This record gives sequence, C-alpha cells and structure tokens, in this order.
Amino acid sequence: MGERILVQGNEAIGRGALAADCRAFFGYPITPQNEVIEWFAREFPKHGRVFLQSASETGSINMLTGGAMTGVRAMTSTSSPGWALMQEGLSNLTTAELPCVIVEVQRGWNTTRHSQTTYKSATTGGGFGDYRTIVLAPDSVQELHDLLQLAFYLADKYRNPVVMLSDAILGQMMEILELKTLDFGPLPEKDWALKGKAAHKDGKKRFTPIAYGMIPTQRHPTLISFLESYKNKIKEMEKEVRYATDQLEDAELILVAFGYVARVCQEAMLRSRAKGFKVGMIRPITLWPFPTQIIKEKAATEADFLVVEDNLGQMVDDVRVAVEGRAQPHLLSCLARHLPGEEGAIYPEAVVEKIENLLKERGK
Amino acid sequence: MIKEWFAGTPRLWVRAPVPIVFCPGCQHASALKILCELVDEMGIEGDTILMAGVGCSTMSAMLVDFDAGITAHGRPCDAASAVKRILGEKTVMVTWQGDGDAFAIGTEPTLHAAARGEKITTIMVNNGNYGTTGGQLAPTTIMGQVTTTSPEGRAEPQGYPIAVAELLANLRGVAYSARGALTSAANYQRTKRYMKTALQKQIDGVGYSFLEILSTCPPNWGLSPLDSIKWIEEKMIPEFPLGEFKNVDRIA
Repeated sequence: MGERILVQGNEAIGRGALAADCRAFFGYPITPQNEVIEWFAREFPKHGRVFLQSASETGSINMLTGGAMTGVRAMTSTSSPGWALMQEGLSNLTTAELPCVIVEVQRGWNTTRHSQTTYKSATTGGGFGDYRTIVLAPDSVQELHDLLQLAFYLADKYRNPVVMLSDAILGQMMEILELKTLDFGPLPEKDWALKGKAAHKDGKKRFTPIAYGMIPTQRHPTLISFLESYKNKIKEMEKEVRYATDQLEDAELILVAFGYVARVCQEAMLRSRAKGFKVGMIRPITLWPFPTQIIKEKAATEADFLVVEDNLGQMVDDVRVAVEGRAQPHLLSCLARHLPGEEGAIYPEAVVEKIENLLKERGK
Repeated sequence: MIKEWFAGTPRLWVRAPVPIVFCPGCQHASALKILCELVDEMGIEGDTILMAGVGCSTMSAMLVDFDAGITAHGRPCDAASAVKRILGEKTVMVTWQGDGDAFAIGTEPTLHAAARGEKITTIMVNNGNYGTTGGQLAPTTIMGQVTTTSPEGRAEPQGYPIAVAELLANLRGVAYSARGALTSAANYQRTKRYMKTALQKQIDGVGYSFLEILSTCPPNWGLSPLDSIKWIEEKMIPEFPLGEFKNVDRIA
C-alpha cells in the first residue's frame, strides 16, 4: 500500500501529475483552483519540471499546445470563465492531435463557488471544431489523483486532449489520499514530437500544425482523410466508458449524478434505503463517452431515473437519450439548493425528499 | 537543405513540399530565405524549431526543412516559450509571425514572452496590413494608408500605429530589438546581420530577441512590386526607422 496522506482535492491533482510523470504545467490564477497552480509553482521546479504562469487562460492553453508538441506530458488547470477562454485552444489541440490534460475546477455562473455548469461544453466539444474529448468526473480526493493519471494515459493513447471535471467542493475538501503510481499499460512512441531534427532517428523534419486537413501532410493528405481518421478516433474513444453502480438490483428509482453531487446522492440513497425505499445509483465516471448502455438496460426494467446535477439541467439530456422513451428521467437541479445565495448547495435532504415523493407517486 | 528550394526562383515551386501561396512581389519568402541561410551558416539546423501563427507567416512552417509547429493566431510566443523551457537551452526557438499575428491578436503572448526574457527569437514581418484576409487595417498600418477597413485612409478614428521594435526595446527582459528592410541589397545584408545577432543572443542565453522586417504586400497595397519597394522607402521607413533599438549582452 502506498503512503497515505490527508490532503485537499486541489493538491491531489498535483500529486497525481507527479505520479503520471507530467513534465510541464501552465496556469493562470482563478478561484477556486488557485491551490492547484500554487502547488505546481512550489513543487514542480523542485522536481526539475516546468512551471510557467501565463498571462491569461488563453495563454495557458497555447503554452500547453507548445508543451504537448514536444511530446512530454503537460497539463493546465482552470475554473469556468478560464475554461471558456480555453475553448479555441482546446479545439486546436484536437485537430493538431496533441495529447495533454486540462483540469476544469468548475465554479458557477459569475460566482467563485461550486457548480456543475460545464457539463455540456465539456462533453459536446465547446469550441469551434467538430471534436470530442474524453471527460473524466472524479467524486473524491483519491479519484482526482487516480483519474488524472488515467487522463494522461488516455490522452497519449488517442493523441487527443482529455478533460478532468472537478468542482469547487471537491477541490477544497480534504480526505485521505493513498499515493500510488498507476500503470495502464504500454503506449505508442511519440515519434511525431518536435525536438529538433538532430534528435530524430530518421533525421527528418517533424511538423505539428494545428490545422491538419487544411495543410497537406503525410499523416493527413486531405481534409476528408483527416476527418475520416478523427471519426474513427471518436469511435475508439467511445469504448472508454466508465461508471460506478450501487444497489441497482431491485431499484425502482435510479439516481444519476457525478462529481460532488454524486457524494450527496450516495448519502441520500443510504438514508432512503434505511426507510425502505428501493433506490439505486449510477455514477458516470466518464461524462463523455456517456454510460448510455447501462442506463438503457435499466430503463428496460421499468425503473425510473432521477438526475441530480448542480446546474439547470444538462446531463439529464443524455439520460433522456439513453432511456429511449422507456422511462421518465426526472431532474433535481441547482434550483433545489439549500440556500438562495451563491453558498447554496444541493443537500442530501433535498434529494431524499424528491426520492420519496417520486416513489410515493409511483406507488399510486 | 532549404537552399534546394530557395537558391533560385525557378526551383522555388519545383522543390517546395506544398504550394507556395506567397503573392508575386511579396518579400515574405525573402525574409524566410535569410533565416534558412543563417540556420545553414550557423550550423543549427538540427536544433532549430520554428513556431508560426496564422496569416501569410503560416507558410514558413511548411517551407522550412527543420522542425516546425503552427499555433493559434497570435500565439507562437506562448507555444515557443513552453517548447524552449521543456527542451532546454540547446534548442533554438524561432517564432515567425506577421504584424497582426505578433502585435494585434498576439500582443499578450509577444509582450509577456519579451517581459519574461524568454530565450526565444521573434521575427515579425511587417507589411502594414492583414495580407491573407485581403488587406485590412493592422496595428502597423501607417497614418493615411488606405486599407479595406480604413477606406478613407487611417486617421484619428482608427488611432495610431504601433512601433513594435521600439516598444519592446523598453522591456527589461529583451536582449535585442531591431528593425530591418529588404528594399536594397545593402538593407538585405543589414537585415541578415540583425537576424544573426538576434539568434546569437538566444544561443548565448541572454534574453528575448526581436527583429521586425518591413515587407511588401503588392496585391493589397494595389502597387506593383517595384512601386511597393519604393513605398516602403518613402512612406514606411520614415514611420518605422531602421536600426537596432536594444542590444545588450546581459539583462540588468
């Protein structure tokens, strides 16, 4: 067993980056992810790795583009307004086929507090391109650390950026973290990376344009050949579905939640079970690709679904698609927060109440 | 290497790996030829990496026969800073940009790379307008100059041009800043000397180095190639004087 430490979620990201052998971090201050860049500024130089503070999140993502072009593992982190600024760069990273990791510690609207408002833009390709990125959604400090390592592996495997969606609550909370280096298996050599001709075995030029397809290259001679290859990449990435399930066997109502809200729902499910309500839970760990199949299967058992998310209703659309009209997906949104101000959050009480109302209604 | 493509104009289109989209009379290719000559002469082909942005300058990344990348519009200095810091001092990092790329949309990365004293070299080819998109107003468009977005000529409503080489020379992290032109054989040689100094500052690890090169844009200026050169001499050079504005061996 690895060393166990008590640590904040935002710091667990840094620990995961070290374990994944990430060599460069680029970032810009924004609440609530400041502990992330501060950790990298403090620790990365000690380990002989690059930390560089940008002049904006647009800067971060374009530094990351350069970093990824060298073939080393590189990452950035930000929070929602910065995430919005990064969308052009993220689009370019996909068309340039550059592997890297972007951590988005979500905050809500124009507050500096938590939310889950980035779901849509992260899962549907929020920039200008016709692209997808794998989106990982941890729900604990341990998962922030572990999924970050998985993110780097998946990025390298598909030559595509990977997004990890955290939030202000996960970032600020402290839990026990077991430090461990995860091995996901072998990866292809990054023969395409810029290092200078002298460093290439064949002594030939390497070229990493952000616009494969526009410019004829050996890899992609035409736009359509690039798009065909990207379409295949999407198909392959769609196989990377990951999710966790709990007490589904006899469930009449299935909660669907991710991130901090999944922790809230876990508690709500246990409280409702204690009262005899048959509640289960599906927690998507990959938001894209979405765990459509398991939801579809459960919809066939005539279970109903309650999607709980701290936004006005984004993931609920994916659940609606998954159930294919066989079940009714209900929504408990940010409007059910316990306080009307920015400090409000979705509490287990609100979820329990909704569960009980739905199941009583169903019993009639 | 590059000499095979650029040693004579007939070979330019015969040997290039992609269609050349520089317009007839454009001096962009001449400016790029200087870089390629220097990379040969200084023996740095194996360690040089070029980072281009978006615009006519993008062509440079396709034409050079050493490692090259293309970034988002305006962002070569961001990417180049990262590459240099990751690969280390042996790498010679050149950003190849137009004036709009380097100092309109790219003001932030260029200015901040200079301020940080990044050990990279920026070559900014200044043709006073946006060439690729059809000749719109640029940060370097001179007063009175007609562009498609200043049809009455640049005047008070559009504000005033930015003298980038002089501006960057004021920053502490800058080791070298100069402006050259290609309007005569003498100016060509002088510009080549500037570019060599700029690269040498980087190789010596002094700080950020910058060279602005005044360049023709005959189709968008509506002038013949020869008249374009005359226009640079008569109109642009008085606004953007040639010379070195900063040249230090140590950042202090």
